[in-house]
Amino acid sequence: MRIRIRFSKHGKVRFTSHRDVARIFQRVLRRAGLPVAYSQGFSPRPKIAFGLALSTGHESEAEYLDIDLDPERTDGLEMGDLPARLSNELPEGMAVTAAVVIDRRTASLQQAVTSCTWQIDVVDTDANTVAGAVARALAAETLVVTRERKGREVTDDLRPGVLSLDVEGPVEAEEDEGSRVRLVAELATKPRALRVSELLGALDPPLIEHRVLRLHQWTTNETDARQRSNPLNAAASALVGAT
Amino acid sequence: MSLWPRLENLLPQVQKPARYIGCEQGAQAPTHGAGIVSWLLTYPDTYEIGLPNQGLQILYEILNERDDAAAERAYSPWTDLEALLRREKIPLFSVDTHRPAGVFDVIAFNLSAELTYTNLLNCIDLAGVPIHSTARADSEPLIGVGGHCTYNPEPIADFVDFVVLGDGEEVVGEITEIVREWKDTGRFDGSRRSVLRELAKVAGVYVPSMYQVAYDGAFIAEVTPRFADVPATVEKRTVADLADWPYPKQQLVPLTEVVHDRLSVEVFRGCTRGCRFCQAGMITRPVRERPAEQVRTMISDGLARTGYDEVALTSLSTADFSGIRQVIGETISDAGCDQVSVALPSLRVDAFTVGIAAEIQRARRTGLTFAPEAGSWRMRQVINKLIREEDLYGAVESAYSQGWRRMKLYFLTGLPTETDEDTLGIAELARNCVALGRRHHSSPSVTVSVGGFVPKPFTPFQWFGQNTVVELSRKIGLLRDDLRQNKGVQLKWHDPKATLAEGITSRGDRRLGPVIEYVWRKGGTFQEWSEHFNYDLWLEAMAASGCDVDWYVHRHRTDDEVLPWDHLSAGLHKDFLWQDWRDSLNELGLEDCRWTPCYDCGACTGYGIEHVVASTSPPAGGSQGTGVDLSQGGAVPVVLGKRPRAESNGDDPQPRRLVGVG
Repeated sequence: MRIRIRFSKHGKVRFTSHRDVARIFQRVLRRAGLPVAYSQGFSPRPKIAFGLALSTGHESEAEYLDIDLDPERTDGLEMGDLPARLSNELPEGMAVTAAVVIDRRTASLQQAVTSCTWQIDVVDTDANTVAGAVARALAAETLVVTRERKGREVTDDLRPGVLSLDVEGPVEAEEDEGSRVRLVAELATKPRALRVSELLGALDPPLIEHRVLRLHQWTTNETDARQRSNPLNAAASALVGAT
Repeated sequence: MSLWPRLENLLPQVQKPARYIGCEQGAQAPTHGAGIVSWLLTYPDTYEIGLPNQGLQILYEILNERDDAAAERAYSPWTDLEALLRREKIPLFSVDTHRPAGVFDVIAFNLSAELTYTNLLNCIDLAGVPIHSTARADSEPLIGVGGHCTYNPEPIADFVDFVVLGDGEEVVGEITEIVREWKDTGRFDGSRRSVLRELAKVAGVYVPSMYQVAYDGAFIAEVTPRFADVPATVEKRTVADLADWPYPKQQLVPLTEVVHDRLSVEVFRGCTRGCRFCQAGMITRPVRERPAEQVRTMISDGLARTGYDEVALTSLSTADFSGIRQVIGETISDAGCDQVSVALPSLRVDAFTVGIAAEIQRARRTGLTFAPEAGSWRMRQVINKLIREEDLYGAVESAYSQGWRRMKLYFLTGLPTETDEDTLGIAELARNCVALGRRHHSSPSVTVSVGGFVPKPFTPFQWFGQNTVVELSRKIGLLRDDLRQNKGVQLKWHDPKATLAEGITSRGDRRLGPVIEYVWRKGGTFQEWSEHFNYDLWLEAMAASGCDVDWYVHRHRTDDEVLPWDHLSAGLHKDFLWQDWRDSLNELGLEDCRWTPCYDCGACTGYGIEHVVASTSPPAGGSQGTGVDLSQGGAVPVVLGKRPRAESNGDDPQPRRLVGVG
């Protein structure tokens, strides 16, 4: 039996890495007494699968995790209690916000997610500068960056990965800190995940990130590319279809 | 009060920022205020090294359980964050509520290694507190230290206000009460001196500024208290019964990777094996076992609460724990513990131990570590590590036959009376282990790890002149040449230069204060880390301070010399240590005293308590402590391929004081 959960990550705990979060969940699942299935072999590992890594320092409303449960021990498992049961064991700043049973044939999170929506606060700038940078980027045919990969210079066009980019306006800041402006962007994850820092660096002028929050991860309906959904709804409806 | 809003803007710029956020399971956010003494328990190395420290966690809980105390934690920031903190003028902070270190009443450091002394100074400085105790104002925190290094705190005497010797469980409460009174009376001008004098009267607390050192040329003439009500000798503290202290009850579970990332349960404190190089074994006597039942409860509660899948049973020699079979048997058969592994960090070298390891590591049999410490039986009698070659080969054979492929062997070099033959014996042992492994596997591997020996205070070797860098390097060179042709043996060694720096601080006196300060001022922090260790800086500092390396490190001390720590006591009689040093030079081994008559080392008698053991018969296996006559080559219960027998093989009930002498 496979379940998919959504969780959030806010505040101090945002400085934990993707690997840290994996370790945290392994322990949280044990503490919560969930009947997690283990791999066979010399070093048994819990069968859990994460989606796209969240950069260390970024916050999120929409992280996902697939967990395989041992079918022989799932009697009496109340899916409705699961978010509270797991949130109870998570560190401050992390909470499970939803949980559903999914079909084992459901595409993995890595495969299914095609884009993410980000809320990006940039700092030491003003709304006009940001608006100009965004307008130039959206009007451009290409947004070419060169980066080093395995010791070789690679050029990439980021423009196709920028599905939307909007300026939301100034954000209130502390007295002694520079002014902040909020952007909302939908960035593609296929063929590779476009990172927020790459986008900001490619703008003219480049912008400096202050706080970044992942708002959504999106999957695309296989038959209708215009219909997008979040990984929970997509998986749950697939399950309904299958049974 | 929280520095978090300022810190969080810096953390995106540093490596591993999760080290600075706190938020661990078990972390506390205690209330501060009037009538509450605030302690900042600080480990002067990185979070990854310091977080698992059990001593610090035990005191954290004990203090926070008190109504009149609040304890938080701090660790040395890595160099990248330190640079940012200094640039932004942000002080050292607690990871619990991110309070500035300078607002705490007491900043208490755990000192486990001498090379962290420059980090101690750096932390005091980052806290915004003057590094010299004499320069501190009444309003500034008291700087305290505890841990194994504090048995010779003289090199850091100028920088600390008070030192705790021995177990901290009880004494932290007594210190709290004195500081609370000080706090209640408003810390008026000049009151710092009087609170230090009050602390000096607490058993186990040493206040260096209350003592005067008189010199006779290069030598110490005497160390005397400045006041009549300050004790002439400071005795260490000893907790009589571990059962009264089942801590940590809520072991911290970090959110990021640390060393020893697992549940730890201390099964006993103290050790009577009597290895003469081992300071821990000498200063933590007598042996006090935790009741097996309590160990079981701490394991099952701890695993359920933390979600860890590994538990380490800690002590100085866990296979000696008399309840070992019961505890391991029950832990691995416990229904809820199906994926749990048990780690025994300090393994004795014998087949019994391998049998235990086989029981608990049913799955992951990758590597096993043994510490024979020396390459020849003669040398092992000198250091009183009474492992015969048969013991080692029995253990290794048993391990290979039961599925292990990699052995790690720990050795010391630079030991008293060591000859090249003894040193090369290390290579011989390693080669023979590989040969045993070939019977079972096509490519067995043995890693030989060699450390340079540093003589430590309160051991029989405290009078021994440490080997020079040149000599240690030559010995390592001998081993390297000898093992060059041997496939299957990997040689690793500790940098002899770092061994020298440790030697400087290990047995130094108060005149080394300026040396440590010099190294710190020139940026010599994180000296435990090879990428930061700066040998030349230590030599430069010694020269600049007029201290002679040869005199401090390489010189043999004599019977009549006043040692810098003679006014402190680890409970051991100095003449016991001297006799043991003479026995050592005569190659006389000394059996474990738990099952033999008392040697009157002083550890028990001084405290009116005896060794606390759960079993009147010694644990099975091994030649040490079993009453087996080693000089006659008594049989060791080595069972190959099968489970070793649980009973002792000691047919000879005659206790003997001295064994060996060919």
